[in-house]
Amino acid sequence: MRTRKSPREKGQFYIWLSGLCLAAILAIVAVLLLAVIRNGVGVFWPHRLALLTLTDGTRVLGEVVRWQDAADGIGRRAQLKIGNRDLYGLDFRWIEEQAIKDLSYPAEALYVERREYGNFYGFLKAASGTAGAPGADGLPRWGRFEANWRDVRGQGLRLAAAQSAIIREINSAREGIRLHLLRRRYHGQPDDSPESRGLLAADTDLKERFVADTEEQARRLAEIHKHEATLVDASGSEKTLALVDIVRVHRPNTMPLTAKVAYGAGKVWELLTGEPREANTEGGLFPAIVGTVMMVFMMSAFSFPLGVMTAVYLREYAKEGPLVRLVRIAVGNLAGIPSIVYGIFGLGFFVYGVGGALDRLFYPERLPTPTFGTGGILWASLTLALLTVPVVIVATEEAFAAIPSGTREGSLALGATQLQTLVRVLLPMASPGILTGFILAMARAAGEVAPLMITGVVKLAPSLPVDGAFPYVHLDRKFMHLGFHIYDVGFQSPNVEAAKPMVFVTTLLLVLIVLALSSTAIVLRNRMKKRYTITSF
Amino acid sequence: MPDERSVQSYPNPVLQAIDLRLYYGRAEALHGITMDFPGRQVIALIGPSGCGKSTLLRCINRMNDLIDGVRVEGRLLLDGQEINDPALDVIELRRRVGMVFQKSNPFPKSIYENVVYGLRISGIRQRQALDEAAERSLMRAGLWDEVKDRLHESALGLSGGQMQRLCIARAIAVSPEIILMDEPCSALDPRSTARVEELIVELRREYTIAIVTHNMQQAGRVADHTAFLYEGDLVEYGPTERLFTRPATRQTEDYISGRFG
Repeated sequence: MRTRKSPREKGQFYIWLSGLCLAAILAIVAVLLLAVIRNGVGVFWPHRLALLTLTDGTRVLGEVVRWQDAADGIGRRAQLKIGNRDLYGLDFRWIEEQAIKDLSYPAEALYVERREYGNFYGFLKAASGTAGAPGADGLPRWGRFEANWRDVRGQGLRLAAAQSAIIREINSAREGIRLHLLRRRYHGQPDDSPESRGLLAADTDLKERFVADTEEQARRLAEIHKHEATLVDASGSEKTLALVDIVRVHRPNTMPLTAKVAYGAGKVWELLTGEPREANTEGGLFPAIVGTVMMVFMMSAFSFPLGVMTAVYLREYAKEGPLVRLVRIAVGNLAGIPSIVYGIFGLGFFVYGVGGALDRLFYPERLPTPTFGTGGILWASLTLALLTVPVVIVATEEAFAAIPSGTREGSLALGATQLQTLVRVLLPMASPGILTGFILAMARAAGEVAPLMITGVVKLAPSLPVDGAFPYVHLDRKFMHLGFHIYDVGFQSPNVEAAKPMVFVTTLLLVLIVLALSSTAIVLRNRMKKRYTITSF
Repeated sequence: MPDERSVQSYPNPVLQAIDLRLYYGRAEALHGITMDFPGRQVIALIGPSGCGKSTLLRCINRMNDLIDGVRVEGRLLLDGQEINDPALDVIELRRRVGMVFQKSNPFPKSIYENVVYGLRISGIRQRQALDEAAERSLMRAGLWDEVKDRLHESALGLSGGQMQRLCIARAIAVSPEIILMDEPCSALDPRSTARVEELIVELRREYTIAIVTHNMQQAGRVADHTAFLYEGDLVEYGPTERLFTRPATRQTEDYISGRFG
């Protein structure tokens, strides 16, 4: 038995250690994802409304968010989302378990999602359009109310859509005229020249049309606003609400499963396609999704060619020597610079430097209002491209280094030029490795926030960087971004507790987008790997 | 030792080295090689590792250009034209002088694309010309029957021996005058080696072949002439049979009888 080695000698210990490290990392990632999913998915599911009768006789209606041991260690306490911010001033309330005399889930409790002031929890007292015999419970018939609300809400939405289309059209036309006039003035043409006067007249026409349209819309809106509902909260306070201002209404305690699923699907749809409401804590994330994806694509379009070409030069053309080694070290170190430094560089160089010069060259008449001389999606993408370019360079260099020298020589020995060798043999062979770098770069760019905050991200962008107005892609526009959204909603929101679900949902979405982008790249990489890797030998 | 050398010269050589010296930085790796390569013959370069035979071979198509710090002196004439002339078109030279490497190096492309690679990069696009060249080269390399049904499959799926013959087909597809082979069989099993050797003997009807080998039996089987190099010197050069049966120098005799190297 003398030859038997101890587990330590056999290296078992190190195998276990490395396995443990892997397990720890996986566990942390899993916990993170689970926390995000658990907290985020709750948003898409309707919660029951509990009616609490307290020992002092008051009644409270709301969603029980969680139970927690009381701070003094005696008993438990519940956190209740009580909504009705306009009545109570608070959305949330803690209630001691001992103070609760009775807890029930009344069937007629209403969950009302409003355009303003958050949710309303209460009961329906009266509503227009629900005349006729009251239901068995003495309240206006729920079905009739719901149908009426749907009808009014639909009218309201159509009206709003029509109105914003008109406003957009008129504004874009007036903006065109304004810029045209600015340019004419800048070139010294007086305002009383025939052409300028024509422009001014056209602008006045548009202004009049705008006023007329707005008045007409306001009149129709007032008409719609006549449909009202009177709601009453758990303590008996009444609240009258225009039906059109109700985004969602249902009775969660008696909701059938199909309705719950429909509610969840509606929430998901709103999240993906809707605009944010209520200081970003409600509504959708569509502008942030578009901004994030577009920014990542633009970043890739800049950093990918730049990084690959740099690496090709370093590896295939530059003569190996102290200078090249120095450059290589510098590139490696670039990856370690804090991203905010890139942001500051982007602000100074791209925004004020390049953007300012562009403004002076092409848009002097608009100054001092900047066009490109202010943060925008172009500058943010370029800044992130700089940030990610070292990753692409290093990965590409590694990929080239991994190609056997025989392959390179084989091509050259057949009379191929260096460029032909590069394009026909080396680049295809390096492509899987290059794509790996690309995936890392994309993931990093999608998750970066700090440099964006000073180069073009805003908490609420009035318009998307792509839209139907010429020239369709507006590189100078500010944009919204999921990562910044998380920071803004989570830490800059006046109502942090109410914003919490949105933070988790946004995080989930950002993770999913990164996952989708990198999965696509990984599939592509595997395909290339299959094609260009030597399998036999 | 110069007095001990016995280097035969040949009339009308295709390729001629005259006092060829090569330096890696300051170190001289070839000490003045003077050697004739007669046309349409197989010339084997033998010698112990590090004697400079691969370096000499790589001078002929200027593959040494790829290595930093290499400097060549002396003359190396292909049909009377100086190969080391800086004004010479290296691309053109490499089309005239093909090369087969020790480790087969097919490109990650289809078999067909591998064979016509040299033609494509020289700008030939006509489908018919490429097809004909592919078939001719693969036939010549004795690979046609094995791959004709899967020409458009990846070359990386071939066996080691097939890959090496594919590399030979790729080299002859551009119709070179000289083919350089750098230990083409060292990574192959005996059967594949035999096939490649048959191929070399076959090809010498049309091409001048310079082959570096560690295997003296192989040199004996395929080469018309054999050169023995030792530490950067050409020690002996002459018809294979004479070199192996009646070596003129002690060093050659010691080497071929296995006393060193």
